[in-house]
Amino acid sequence: MSFEDIKLLLTEKFGADVIVGEETGGLQPALLIDPDHIADVCLELRNNPNTYFDFLSCITGVDYGVEAGRFGVVYHLASIPYKTQLTLKVSKENDRNEDNLPTFPSVTSVYRTADWHEREQYDMLGIFFEGHPDLRRLLLPDDWEGFPLRKDYTTLDKYYKGIKID
Amino acid sequence: MNIRNSKYNKPLEAYFEKIASAAVEDMILNMGPQHPSSHGVLRLELITDGEIVKEVIPHIGYLHRCFEKHGESLTYQQTIPFTDRMDYLASMNNSHAWVMGVERMLGIDKDIPKRIEYIRVLVCELNRIASHLIAIGTYGIDIGAFTPFLWCFRDREHIMGMLEWASGSRMLYNYIWVGGLFYDLPVGFEERCREFVDYFKPKMVELNQLLTDNQVFISRTANVGVLPLDVAINYGCSGPMLRGSGLKWDLRRIDGYSIYPELDFDIPVGTGLMGAVGDCWDRYKVRVDEIEQSLKMIEQCLDRLQNELKRTPDFDPRAKLPRKITPKAQDYYVRCEGAKGELGFYFMADGRSEIPTRVRARGPSFNNLSVLPELAKGVMIADLIAIVGSIDFVLGEVDR
Repeated sequence: MSFEDIKLLLTEKFGADVIVGEETGGLQPALLIDPDHIADVCLELRNNPNTYFDFLSCITGVDYGVEAGRFGVVYHLASIPYKTQLTLKVSKENDRNEDNLPTFPSVTSVYRTADWHEREQYDMLGIFFEGHPDLRRLLLPDDWEGFPLRKDYTTLDKYYKGIKID
Repeated sequence: MNIRNSKYNKPLEAYFEKIASAAVEDMILNMGPQHPSSHGVLRLELITDGEIVKEVIPHIGYLHRCFEKHGESLTYQQTIPFTDRMDYLASMNNSHAWVMGVERMLGIDKDIPKRIEYIRVLVCELNRIASHLIAIGTYGIDIGAFTPFLWCFRDREHIMGMLEWASGSRMLYNYIWVGGLFYDLPVGFEERCREFVDYFKPKMVELNQLLTDNQVFISRTANVGVLPLDVAINYGCSGPMLRGSGLKWDLRRIDGYSIYPELDFDIPVGTGLMGAVGDCWDRYKVRVDEIEQSLKMIEQCLDRLQNELKRTPDFDPRAKLPRKITPKAQDYYVRCEGAKGELGFYFMADGRSEIPTRVRARGPSFNNLSVLPELAKGVMIADLIAIVGSIDFVLGEVDR
């Protein structure tokens, strides 16, 4: 199924406002999806016999920078029977306050592999996934403060638990 | 601690509660962080009922070295040594994937001379053999067979020696560069490599006799840790882990990148010869068979490197190196078949800078390991060791 067919399929199923845009400039075209619908879209793309994107390769959280004030998540899907790939993107504005993390629906109910990927993105970028069964920090210690892959992250402390940091 | 929205702390509290309540009825057992069968620093928290594992909670991140942050702070060329340190048992495969992604973004992937591509695949396949030898050897040790480990390391040493000869380093090569190679192969490398292949083929027969067909080994691994195909796909397993469950899925064939379409090789899959399809023995056997396929590919590469793509005095592997690597503004996800499975890099380039704005590494071991809690439900503790060993992860890649 081509990129245009997938667009048509999604708009027929979920209405025209599910796709908020597209990026076709690079080597891999990407669909910009409405953040609230991402889990439904993934489920439809996985179960539809014409698309069958059954393999989630990667989930990437993105911090678009301090001026943009946006956070996004990129999903790389692959279909094993059709040998195709698809990129989905969602993004949302956020004020970078740690009490108000950017929140997206979790796709763990569709792809189990999303479990650790989403935990890692939460850990590194502070993106909260609504509906995730166990959203703890994955790579960093549980008591770590801040989100290291954010563009405005700085380590002001000279010591971590009594160990000097250079 | 900062004042935080309590919603974000709930999972952590639930986890503490679970451990506290489990400690009353069952026993909490910590396997690791320094367990010999974890081949690195991995802590598994087991909730056990006697000898039976009720649940496994993996704790990773002890080897986290901020690969993605490094990638966002350094230029594309400067990050290559950091990719080597992800899966440090198969460094060539990592840098090959990274370099391929950058070259495709620059649009120079079609201009790379054939000899360079063949050398890349040659060293990648050598490194894949070395990685699988470690997987097999240490798996033997996990299960209680010491000799295969020594034999595998003896043979791996020849590969390490050859790659050191080519690149100057034993494990972390930095040999494959964007647009070319660090150096051409040293004079006499092809002949030495052919000698190795001839030496190594009978050794594989010996190894099979010693371990693969060993009744004790089969009893420990067959029908243990059976991973059904649908679960494997849903958990994003790839490489020998997915092929062990019986699916012919190899990106070298599916995507046909580099010069793999020109090579003749088979894709071994798990058949359930000794037990169920997708058990530990199947995963082990896929690796053994892949070594043979890699040897086949190496021979084909050597044939061409010694004949039509012969070394010429004026051949410069650095001739095509781009002066400045500034790809157009775009996103690109590159995937290739590393030694452990689908190795992916995701780049976000802004079109102005030599430094990517976002880099993401998708390590195959990371996804393969995430299926462990599912596999280990209700097994015996001794079988858990067999399952952990059969996944063949490298913590450098899990934690990045």
